[in-house]
Parts: sequence; C-alpha cells; structure tokens
Amino acid sequence: MQAFDYVRARSVDDAVTALRDPSTRCLAGGTNLLDLMKGDIEAPARLVDINRLPLNAVTPTADGGLRIGALVRNSDLANHRYVRERYPLLSRAMLAGASPQLRNMATVGGNLLQRTRCYYFYDTAYAACNKRHPGSGCAARDGYNRIHAIFGASPQCVATNPSDMNVALLALDAIVDVKSARGARVIPFAAFHRLPGTTPERDTNLERDELIVGVTLPPPRFTGVEYLKVRDRASYAFALVSVAAGVRVADGRIDDARIAMGGVAHKPWRAEAAERALIGHRIDPSVIAAASEAAVAGATPLRDNAFKVELARRTVARALQNAGAIA
Amino acid sequence: MATERQQTGSFESFPNDETSDGPGRVLSPAGSSRRRFLLESGALTGGLAASRYATAAAPVAADAREADAAPRSVGKARTVHLSVNRHDYAVDVEPRVTLLDALREYIGLTGTKKGCDRGQCGACTVLIDGRRVNSCLTLAVACEGQPITTVEGLADDSALHPVQQAFIEHDGFQCGYCTPGQICSAVAVLSEVRNGDASVVTRDLARSPPIDITDEELRERMSGNICRCGAYAGIVAALRQALQRG
Repeated sequence: MQAFDYVRARSVDDAVTALRDPSTRCLAGGTNLLDLMKGDIEAPARLVDINRLPLNAVTPTADGGLRIGALVRNSDLANHRYVRERYPLLSRAMLAGASPQLRNMATVGGNLLQRTRCYYFYDTAYAACNKRHPGSGCAARDGYNRIHAIFGASPQCVATNPSDMNVALLALDAIVDVKSARGARVIPFAAFHRLPGTTPERDTNLERDELIVGVTLPPPRFTGVEYLKVRDRASYAFALVSVAAGVRVADGRIDDARIAMGGVAHKPWRAEAAERALIGHRIDPSVIAAASEAAVAGATPLRDNAFKVELARRTVARALQNAGAIA
Repeated sequence: MATERQQTGSFESFPNDETSDGPGRVLSPAGSSRRRFLLESGALTGGLAASRYATAAAPVAADAREADAAPRSVGKARTVHLSVNRHDYAVDVEPRVTLLDALREYIGLTGTKKGCDRGQCGACTVLIDGRRVNSCLTLAVACEGQPITTVEGLADDSALHPVQQAFIEHDGFQCGYCTPGQICSAVAVLSEVRNGDASVVTRDLARSPPIDITDEELRERMSGNICRCGAYAGIVAALRQALQRG
C-alpha cells in the first residue's frame, strides 16, 4: 500500500472541505477502499476518516418513509427493527452481501460506491483496463468473462456492479443525499450509477468533491417482495445474478411492480419491460413467464456468460413466484 | 500515557514525535529480530509476551528506526494509542498500518492470524467494541478509543472462554491457523443471537427474537471464516454447545 496522510473529520463541513483536494478520499468502512489500496488500484495521498461524523442514524420520515445516514453499518441497517418489518427487501439484500464481519464494517455510503469485482480491474498484471487506466483497453472483453455484464456494456468495459444493497435500493426508488462545498443536492437512485459508455473510469454520477450523507426511502408500498441471489457458493460470494422484486397486489391484480437485477450490468439494472408485463394481471404462471422473458429480452452475452441470460430469466421467475406467495 | 494532540486546521491531527511517550513505551516494528527476542525470552505466551515486549522493546525499536530512516513527506509514523484486551498500548505506526499488523508486528500479539490479508478469509477476525471485524481491512490509527479484543483476551485467569472450550471438545480445528478468527467470530455469533439479529437464511424477519438457530443458521453466520482443513462440522457442533451452555 502506498503511504498516505490521515486526518479525521470533525464535521461534515470538514469532510467536504477536505474533498476539494483531488488526492483526498473519504475513509468509511474501508472494506473496499483499503483492499483497492493494497492492490495499488487506488493510491490516495490523503484519507479523511469520516467514521466519527454523526451520519449514523436511521430515522422514520414524516411521510412514512425512512432516512438512513451514510455511515449506518450494513449489519445495523439490515437488523434495524423498522427495516426488518417495513423494508424486508432491503434487509434481505444486505444480509445476502459479504460476510458478517464485513457487514459490521461496511457503510451504506461506501456500499453505494463499491467498485466492480472484475478480475482484470483488480489484477494490475493486466495492463488493459479502461476503468483503471482510461484508454488502455479491456482485458475482460476478450478474456475470461464469465462474471461480466449481459446488459448495457460498451466496447470499453463489460464490468458489473457487485452490490446487493444497490439492487434493493433501486427497486425501492431510493434517493441519495449528497453534499459538497458547492452545496447539497439529491440524486434519484436510477441516476446514481452509470453505464460504462466511453468513460468506464466513472462508476457513478457523484462528483469527485461530493460526500454522500444519506439515503432516503419513500414509504413502503409493496404487498410482496423477494431478494433472490444466485452465486457460485451458498454464502460469502458475489452474485452471478440477483433479483429484487416488489409487487403490490390490489383486488387480486398487480397494480405496481419493481424488478431490479444485480450482477448483470455496470449498474443495478431495472427491468421495466418485465414490470409492464405484470401490471393489471393476476400473478399466475403465464404472467410470470411473460415477465421473466421480457426481463432478459435484449441481453447481449459475451463468450463465457451466456448462461447468465437463462439464469436471469429463471431468477426473475422464481423471485416473482416468491414475492407473489408472500402477498 | 495520554499524548496531547495537535490541531491542524479543523482536523484532528497527531504528533509525529516518535519518542513522545519516552523510551520503552512506544512499540515499533522490528521484524524477525523482534520475534527472535520473544522466542529467546520464552515469553511467547499471549498477553504476557506483549507486556514484556513493551518494556524491553526500546533497543530493538531503535535499530528498526535507523534501518527505516529514509525521509518521507507523506504518511509519517505517529504514536497511536490502542486498547487491546483491556491493556493500553502506544504504537508508532504509519497511517497505512492495519490493525492486524499493529497487533502482530508492533504489539507482539500473534494470536490473530494473517490469511489472505484482503478480507476474504476471516483469519484476522477480532472484536472491536464487541463486534467482529476483519482487522486486515482496518487501519490501526482509526481504532483509537475503541476497545479491541483478540483471541488472547477471551479467557479469564482460571478458565477458557466457553467457545474455546467447545472448540477443543468438538475438534473445531485441525491445523489451527484459522482458529483464532473462527473463535472470535463464534463469540460474536453468541451475542448476535442474543440480540435477535437475523441472517439471510432467517425465515421471518418481522418475527421478534428468539431466532430458531438451525445448523443452516450457524453455517451462514460463520461463513465469513474459511477453514482450509474443512473442520466445519466440528465448528458447528462447538457453536451449538456454546449456545446451549452460554
């Protein structure tokens, strides 16, 4: 790991002031950043430790939603009584991620910024990675790309977003609250993460000098939810495919639905065509079949990951079955 | 032992004076010579080793400093105060030194093991404020003011921790390398179960505790600790005993 200076922020204003320096990064849980620094993929000259800032509250909002501080640990949020009872989709997704130790460390803000687990991004022995070194090429596109994207990839990058939490937050229509020395703004979740396009070095639309201060959830509205994660081993592994499904059933028919997929694209991937296939229908096998087919229409697999298309279709179908059974 | 902190701008900063606590009080790394000293002194026995090292470390530490005297403008070592197993230590560490390395290479508590050093195996698991974490992905400097418990701090003077005893009785290990991490993790499982924390295999999240602790639950809850020898069956049996007796 390259040497760096370390300071502790005493306030949010301290932190955003520190971020005006382009060689400074925030240290929260550190579970991804320190790993990247050990691998010489990130080498900030200074870390500003934000762990002691008062951004660790989980607070119901006046409209029945939930405000989550950026420093709430993954394990604390997953096990928060209010989240377990009112947002079980979020609890399930967070409990499916990483290990108990890592969940005790990792924060909500850090999880939003978790970088891809593409092996070529992590292994600096490969010179070609546009995400690490813009313009250097993509070793994964013609390499071993079993874990890579089947939606939204570009010639420059085929990496996927590894987070479970992000998939649930997309399905829940979360809003990300950010601050910088220039002011505060909110970013709707669907606009937070980016597709790789010609700038795969940028994972998100967060500006370099902005600090995530929290996430806000609207009031829960689904009558049935499911987070289904499929991976190479039963625990402590990233998703090959995951699905966050939420349906609202009224008078026997679905009148609102969200289907988001993880492990398939550079950002959590919303399957809007699949959602449309559900609206107005009763949950039955033919509707589930139509929705799950719609979810993978337009997929463009690579040499080694064609299995993900069928896996995604079946995972959407199973998630909808389970979500419907709960309703 | 308290060191006055300098204020630089609006941040907390730290003094870089390596001798601010006086000779023999600040621990520095000395690699193999430090280990050799411990072995020759016959003191490699948990907390005792650490305290002997703390009082006898000055000459070794001075050698290490001399060998490592290249000037650096970024990331200088500073004195960091750590509370480990209810003892206070002052260590001279660069910001990039992990808690794992501070424990093993600076304080001399080698019970905590370095496996992958990348947060993938759990061998380095310790408890910070009672919560299990990977010490390989934790900076020592960020741990000031937080009580740290390692495997050396679990037993009391007269008896092993019930989890340690259960690992022995149920063959919860073979080579033993992952065991300190497994045991620290298992101790945390006991408190998490007491708190009613759910896991991903918990059927009903809305239900109030107690959680029905099946073997599936125990395997999931211990999945952050990899055992290359495959002693998992014994580990699950040890957990079950510790839960029943705890």
